[in-house]
Amino acid sequence: MFTLHRFHGGLHLDAHKEDSSFAPLATAPVPPRLIFPLQQRGGQNAQSVVRIGDHVHKGQVIARGDGPMNPPIHASSSGVVSAIEPRPLPHPSGLADLAIVIDTDGEDLAFETEAHPDYQRLAPDELRRIIFEAGIVGLGGAAFPTAVKTDPGHRAIDTLILNGAECEPYITCDDSLLRHFPREVLEGARILMRVLGVERCLLGIEDDMPEAIRALREIQETGEYQDIDVITVPALYPSGGEKQLIRILTGREVPTRGIPADAGVVCQNVGTAAAVYRAVVRGEPLIERIVTVTGKGIRNPGNWLTRIGTPIADLVRYSGGYSGAAERLILGGPMMGISLSSDALPLVKAANCVLVTGRGETTGPKQALPCIRCGACAEVCPVNLLPQQLYWYSRADNLRRVEEYHVTDCIECGCCDYVCPSHIPLVQYFRAAKSELVAKQRDRVKADRARERFEARQIRKEREKQERAEAAQRKKAALAKPDASEIQDAIARAKARKRLPDATPVTDGTSHESAPHQEPPRN
Amino acid sequence: MRFPTAPAPHLAPPASTHRIMQWVLLAMIPGTAAQLWQFGPGVLVNLALAVTTALTAEYAMLRLRARHSRAGLSDWSATLTGALLAVSLPPIAPWWVTVFGTLFAIVIGKQLYGGLGYNPFNPAMVGYAVLLISFPKAMTAWLPPVDITGTHWGLSDAWNAIVHHTGPDGSSFDAVTMATPLDTLKTQLGLGRMADEIQSGPLFGALAGKGWQWVNLGYLAGGLWLLRRGLIAWQIPTGFLAALGTWSLVFFLLEPQTYPTPLFHLLGGATMLGAFFIATDPVTASTTPKGRLIYGALIGSLVFVIRAWGGYPDGVAFGVLLLNLAAPTIDHYTRPRVYGHPG
Repeated sequence: MFTLHRFHGGLHLDAHKEDSSFAPLATAPVPPRLIFPLQQRGGQNAQSVVRIGDHVHKGQVIARGDGPMNPPIHASSSGVVSAIEPRPLPHPSGLADLAIVIDTDGEDLAFETEAHPDYQRLAPDELRRIIFEAGIVGLGGAAFPTAVKTDPGHRAIDTLILNGAECEPYITCDDSLLRHFPREVLEGARILMRVLGVERCLLGIEDDMPEAIRALREIQETGEYQDIDVITVPALYPSGGEKQLIRILTGREVPTRGIPADAGVVCQNVGTAAAVYRAVVRGEPLIERIVTVTGKGIRNPGNWLTRIGTPIADLVRYSGGYSGAAERLILGGPMMGISLSSDALPLVKAANCVLVTGRGETTGPKQALPCIRCGACAEVCPVNLLPQQLYWYSRADNLRRVEEYHVTDCIECGCCDYVCPSHIPLVQYFRAAKSELVAKQRDRVKADRARERFEARQIRKEREKQERAEAAQRKKAALAKPDASEIQDAIARAKARKRLPDATPVTDGTSHESAPHQEPPRN
Repeated sequence: MRFPTAPAPHLAPPASTHRIMQWVLLAMIPGTAAQLWQFGPGVLVNLALAVTTALTAEYAMLRLRARHSRAGLSDWSATLTGALLAVSLPPIAPWWVTVFGTLFAIVIGKQLYGGLGYNPFNPAMVGYAVLLISFPKAMTAWLPPVDITGTHWGLSDAWNAIVHHTGPDGSSFDAVTMATPLDTLKTQLGLGRMADEIQSGPLFGALAGKGWQWVNLGYLAGGLWLLRRGLIAWQIPTGFLAALGTWSLVFFLLEPQTYPTPLFHLLGGATMLGAFFIATDPVTASTTPKGRLIYGALIGSLVFVIRAWGGYPDGVAFGVLLLNLAAPTIDHYTRPRVYGHPG
């Protein structure tokens, strides 16, 4: 029997999954216009490799970046590049950045790609290259490049974990994927196992997804994929958090400031595994994914197989439009999703859910009251932090204490924030404290460099001073013994000079004795 | 279409401060009802006086401090402070005792430190301790419980006693009051009598002090309900009662002549009120799981020490106040291990 481990805290939340999981998976039409922001995960922008007016095919690379953190972006349908211009990003800041806009032609012409159904013959490096070229990033929400994550370097990996624990309420895209494409997920897992060179794969799935579990079990009952352990875990938010799922399934913990590979584990979302399957076996780059459209604000909630780059407004339209109750537009789940100001934004690779909440479904503006130190936050924290203490120190701007109480280990799951009876926006405080710490760290590095420079200069000055002192000493010593012979010599030289008026005057060292290295004080 | 934005999490919060305070007030009902039954309607007069004073003082202080007075009043914390102090007072305490104690609790114990969440000491216990030190006579003049007298006071009797300082039917005030079992025990032990002999006296019931045992059982019931609802952490009452029970058992076994039974301690005085309603005040208590256990256990130990060897018959207020001082330090040294950090 497989032993499950517990993580601290967690929340039992109303799942609201049946709203969207009840409807069958539908394929979203190709929208008239696709938008591809060039900004990648926090890093540098990808560069457009197409020009306005170019005709592009489905699956064609339209933007590339430098380095492994910047996988290519592909057109998700055929059409004409109509603009490369700043567009608002699906980001809490609402800032605009360059995006490629494609007016689709409805032909959906596909780009020629290379399929590798015989991937067992390919080396891990070659598979990683295919994964990178297919533009695959983590589809669980973090969008971390998969090729990087599956390259743990010197770290010894013994377990691949597939994350099917879709713990946020409302979201059912992974459930839908597992129900409809279980084979793609399992085969994708095999490919990832080959890339990582591991024998062990654990697929964690929450126990409130019975149909997905059945779909996987049915395949395994025929004797296939016995090398993959499908493990149901109790539905408890945030068991789908990477660190939490690793703890549940293996009992190991990712060390602080470390990555899962430090615990011998690589964790991938089930959607990512399916994307890897499609990229390797079918040669299809990442151009579509399943997106949940749900909430009281949506007329017909459901899951859509959606082209990346589809504007949210179009997907909402396919879902019957907004119901009168639409109050808030959230990209992602209700615990960690970001609230967007406009539905003109496109769906990017990491977009798993469009949640439009209605009246009473989400909180209105919260009036924060003083913390009464009830400790409800600490009881639910899945990392076992003391949020009330962190809050206290954040408010006091006591960064040293905030760091000492491990704010950097906060996963921003929102549990503490949700249970706080005083309605204090704790996550915001912790985010702010974290960025302050990052800024401080940067300043510290800068200060360290400045100090090193200063110290080097001090040493140099000290050395020069010493050298000068020694020189002066030598000179003084030389001057201090004007013995008779020297005087005699001088008289002799003077006499000789009188005899030879064109003789070169002999100088002593004193004229050199100005301070040669006096620098004006800097800083 | 455009939407208003807000930071995550977006789900409506399930709990609120005022709701917690209301639940705690509700949980006080069984214990307060037992007090009403055993000691008469004076407890209701005290409650009315204390709560009115607390709300008035809170409002005035919030205005003076230029704070949002309506939000401050609607959190119900001042009501709870007033109620906790009221049920700690003798049922016929003079009205100015109640008013003065409540004013001290709210104005100095709470608002001058910055109001809700910022006070280092439990305000109700600050008020109680000040009263006990300033007016020891008024604070120890309890009524005999109905279990002894067999008669009930009317509301007007209680009112006259509290406001006009007269006993029922014009009898002298001193004639109707009586020391509490804890007080009696201490005095009698001082006179050289044996504990078991004292406990077989008329003030003592099957479990603990007559009347008091029911009051304690009432607060225990309310406290268990709070635990069940997850409104208080189990560690504080458990630590409190386990420590008090252990110390009293050890000393009872060693010297039954000098020390009363553990049950007398557990169901006597302010034990259950203290363990479930006062030591658990989140603002002033320890907040880490391990810290709460230590915090509760130290209060329970202090209660035993003060009752057994101290100058006061009961020790809940002083025990709580002393540990309020220690709570931040306890918290600092009992931080739980964070995920991904070595143990």
